[in-house]
Amino acid sequence: MTGQALQAVIEVAGARVSFGAVKALDGVTLAIMPGECVGLVGHNGAGKSTIVGVINGGLTPHEGTVSGDGAVIARYGIIAARSRGVRCVFQELSLCPNLTVVENTRLMHRQLGGFGWRARARAIIGRSLDTVFPGHGIDCELSVGELSIAERQMVEIAMAFSDAGITPRLVILDEPTSSLDASLAEQMLAHVRRFVGAGGSVIFISHILGEILSTADRIVVMKDGRIVAERPAADFTEHSLVEAMGSVVKGEERRRAARDLANAPVVLEHAGRGLPFRARRGEIVGLAGLAGHGQTGMLMKLHAASSGDWLPRKDPAVTFVAGDRRLNGVFELWSILRNFSIASLGDLSRQGLVQADAEAERGADWRKRIEIRTRDMGNGILSLSGGNQQKVLFARALSTRAPVVLMDDPMRGVDVGTKQEVYDIVRQEAANGRTFVWYSTEMEEVCLCDRVYVFREGAIVAELAGEAVTEESILAASFEGTAA
Amino acid sequence: MKLRLSADAIRLLIPALSLTVLLAAVFWLQPRAMSYVGLNLLFNLAVPIALATIAQMLIMAVNDLDLSMGTFVSFVACVTATFLRDAPLLGVLILAGAILVYAGLGVVIHLRNLPSIVVTLGMSFVWAGLAVLMLPAPGGQAPDWVRTLMTAKPPFVPMAIVASVFIAVIAHFLVMRSSLGVLIRGVGGNQRSVERAGWSVVYARAMAYGLAGLFAVAAGIALVGLTTSADANIALRYTLLSIAGVILGGGEFIGGRVSPIGAVVGALTLTLAGSFLSFLRISPDWQIGAQGAILIVVLALRLLLNRIENREKGR
Amino acid sequence: MSALARLTRKPWIWSWIAAFVVWFATIMVTGGASTLGLSQAALTFAAFSIVVGIGQMFVITLGPGNIDLSVPATMTLAGTVALKLMNVENGMILPGLLVAVLIGVAVGIANYALIKALRIPPIIATLSMSFIVQSAAIWTNRGLRIKPPSVLADFTTSMTLGVPNVALVALLLSLLAWVLLEKTIYGRWISAIGQSMAAARMAGIPVDGVRFVTYVFCAVLASLAGYLLACFSGGAALNMGAEYLLMSIAVVVIGGTAVAGGDSNVPGIWGASLFMFLVVSMLNTYGLGAGIRLIMTGLIIISVIMLAGGRQPGAR
Repeated sequence: MTGQALQAVIEVAGARVSFGAVKALDGVTLAIMPGECVGLVGHNGAGKSTIVGVINGGLTPHEGTVSGDGAVIARYGIIAARSRGVRCVFQELSLCPNLTVVENTRLMHRQLGGFGWRARARAIIGRSLDTVFPGHGIDCELSVGELSIAERQMVEIAMAFSDAGITPRLVILDEPTSSLDASLAEQMLAHVRRFVGAGGSVIFISHILGEILSTADRIVVMKDGRIVAERPAADFTEHSLVEAMGSVVKGEERRRAARDLANAPVVLEHAGRGLPFRARRGEIVGLAGLAGHGQTGMLMKLHAASSGDWLPRKDPAVTFVAGDRRLNGVFELWSILRNFSIASLGDLSRQGLVQADAEAERGADWRKRIEIRTRDMGNGILSLSGGNQQKVLFARALSTRAPVVLMDDPMRGVDVGTKQEVYDIVRQEAANGRTFVWYSTEMEEVCLCDRVYVFREGAIVAELAGEAVTEESILAASFEGTAA
Repeated sequence: MKLRLSADAIRLLIPALSLTVLLAAVFWLQPRAMSYVGLNLLFNLAVPIALATIAQMLIMAVNDLDLSMGTFVSFVACVTATFLRDAPLLGVLILAGAILVYAGLGVVIHLRNLPSIVVTLGMSFVWAGLAVLMLPAPGGQAPDWVRTLMTAKPPFVPMAIVASVFIAVIAHFLVMRSSLGVLIRGVGGNQRSVERAGWSVVYARAMAYGLAGLFAVAAGIALVGLTTSADANIALRYTLLSIAGVILGGGEFIGGRVSPIGAVVGALTLTLAGSFLSFLRISPDWQIGAQGAILIVVLALRLLLNRIENREKGR
Repeated sequence: MSALARLTRKPWIWSWIAAFVVWFATIMVTGGASTLGLSQAALTFAAFSIVVGIGQMFVITLGPGNIDLSVPATMTLAGTVALKLMNVENGMILPGLLVAVLIGVAVGIANYALIKALRIPPIIATLSMSFIVQSAAIWTNRGLRIKPPSVLADFTTSMTLGVPNVALVALLLSLLAWVLLEKTIYGRWISAIGQSMAAARMAGIPVDGVRFVTYVFCAVLASLAGYLLACFSGGAALNMGAEYLLMSIAVVVIGGTAVAGGDSNVPGIWGASLFMFLVVSMLNTYGLGAGIRLIMTGLIIISVIMLAGGRQPGAR
């Protein structure tokens, strides 16, 4: 090693990461050189956040190596990454909302202690804010919770670029501009260029393709845990980027026969920002777009609008299938049977008393119908695999009398076989007149829908129906700056 | 440039306002209270309550709750009135040991991820038992130096006020200004990001509990200095009073939002509420009730202020 | 064998075993002479903490942060007001009972109203409420000690077929609670809410309504216990509820109910309540004082929670 050739700040070689059956990273090799900005794009589940996790030390790849400055690092973790100057701006808030900006700076930089740390911390974060966002007007003595969302994001970004002993060398920006307005975003992008010009490195993730094209030197396109394209930014156009993100080979779609539902009665309506939402009887309505752009919020609103908080409803109007099973799906202490029956107890009881026989009978019935793989419905719900737990949640929703089923990306991390079974059930039930509102991050599921609403930044920005529901048109609508 | 009050200032505004209103009302009803002796009488018992409130606040800063505060202060009072007087070295060792137990509780609660309510509930029986063993019947006597300290008559301003200001200043520097205070509140605000920055959360929790133990010990000693003798049930009310004081002073249950100055003001307000009613010639029966009512009113006011603030922020 | 294995997996079995061991150790010392007397005394005194503990258990089942601190104040107020209303007249027993229940209902409604309207944690809401209720009790009591009506006094202090009447009342209420918890939709609902409020809401459970009913139920049980206790001890005292604040939580924890919510059982409350009383008598028999008893109680609570462990991160 003579040091003549430029060495990568961080290089990931042949990284493989899998979560259960899902391969999140399937042999990815990525080197970040000093003085370059790498744009990272891809649709949901392409593996962007996984590779970011590997680079910032939060995730250890099951296979493959991480090396820095030419040498393989054996025990690479969060602390090792920080000491090499790797910083990350996360999408979620990573500051303490109850502390002031200055105090947060103190926490982020461990080596800042000692008498007079306040003045030092104020100088450091102040300098960084002034550099990245000149004229920002943020009072560093305010607590973070009092700042507007844009200001918080600015502080997070400035924090990542701030220098308190360890110089930042590689800054990962994951959707940094999502809550900044145009001029602030411009300032930030200008700083990224300056930082890169001075020899720093940046990994830049954004759903606004224009930003990526104008800021990045090199663009890496990911799909299904692999890098599918990697070229200098100048070789891409918005159109070719969208194309690269889509399927390389268009397989035969399992498209359902188009049904004429224009005359079916509307069962659900919601007016918010963007286009209005409407669902008809027997329809499968898809909610698409990048993850976290307001789809789950819409489902929650639809659910809250037609269920009671104080009195039980005689006839439930909607029912819900959770995607985040741990958060709002499974009751972990309970058996499979109880998890299944909780939403339809009204039908299984007399004078408030649950009829154990009726409950067991219906449980056995559904167990056969959707093949929950267990010997005994009395076993704990956590004894099931993730896919089978998900089936229980489906059974819970479908066994109610509710005419509308809301689905919050329920197929995340579920194996292919289970998926096919569930798709069939959904189609059958829709044919019988049930309405499905289906948020999905997976293209093949979205393509099963009769009609699709595409979300961007919390609002519906496009409505696609019938033949227009294609991967390309959904991608185009999800990524801003691309003419649909 | 619009003047923007910081959240901490707003947090302090309500307790300060309620204390001022109460104090003004007391002076109006009983002008003689506006004297050195009168003020000392009004606020005398506030000192130990303020110390216990600061202790409770430290624990609430890391999103926990201490249900053993009252029995612990009683325990300390018993130690002070017996060992600390008769065998000072042993007394100091016992109290130091108690503080270590507190720090240990913090470690255990964090490592085993236990609910602090239940652990401190259990500890409250332990402290009560130890106190009963020491003083089965009311008795003991305050060490002379404690008595001298608590009954000192500084010029111009009565001891109770001087001590309260002193406690507020010390606690403010410890919790709001020092690196350790930032770390403790950071754990309450966003434990994950504190961990991600490479800090030890166990250490932070142990320190929070240890410091709480220290303040609670001070509360017990101060109490005995005022009452001259102790008994095992002397401070049972402090558990609820300290929680109420923290909330009254602008602290919140979760999220590491606490205010030491507010906590002291809250403790003073609670103490004053009782005197106020007696000046109003309302029967002292309602003293505790008034404390509850003030708590509810303050919480309602805060909700209102938060709503207004959020509306402004929403633009 | 498998039945025995299944039994050891019940969370309440340990409190029963502990109660039995302590009971046995006590009668061994006295040479079996006091067996009947000890058992009857245990049942009598345990009855009150059983009634209060069941209410607290329902609230704790609702999940982390749910706890009712107004229990002792409610007991005192209900006991005081009921005795005052009955005014030693046997004819007023039922109206007195009714008023006690109404006080419980009112306190429960006020508790949940505070939780909901001020959006404050239940612990603070019930704490503020308990201050007010306690004051109301002091105000009504005024240091007078009114005796209970003679029929009621006799009833609470005597026995039927060798079983104390208060224990029979506790048994009745426990059966009701057991049916509610194990057999009804409501029982399923509170357990679901305790495991995950978000999941319960999305499963269509009327979360607010269920929590409201639970807080009212807890307060009513507390006021019933206060009514019985005041009659049993020959008059309402202002501090009569005080020891039940910690006691009600302790019996729930020792009885094997999950502190993090969602999993509770009625038999455990019995085991734990009997155990708590029997420990006192055992230590008394051995000539040990109240101090040791308290320390042991505390250490037992801490060991129970250490063994059970924390389930949900972030739970208090």
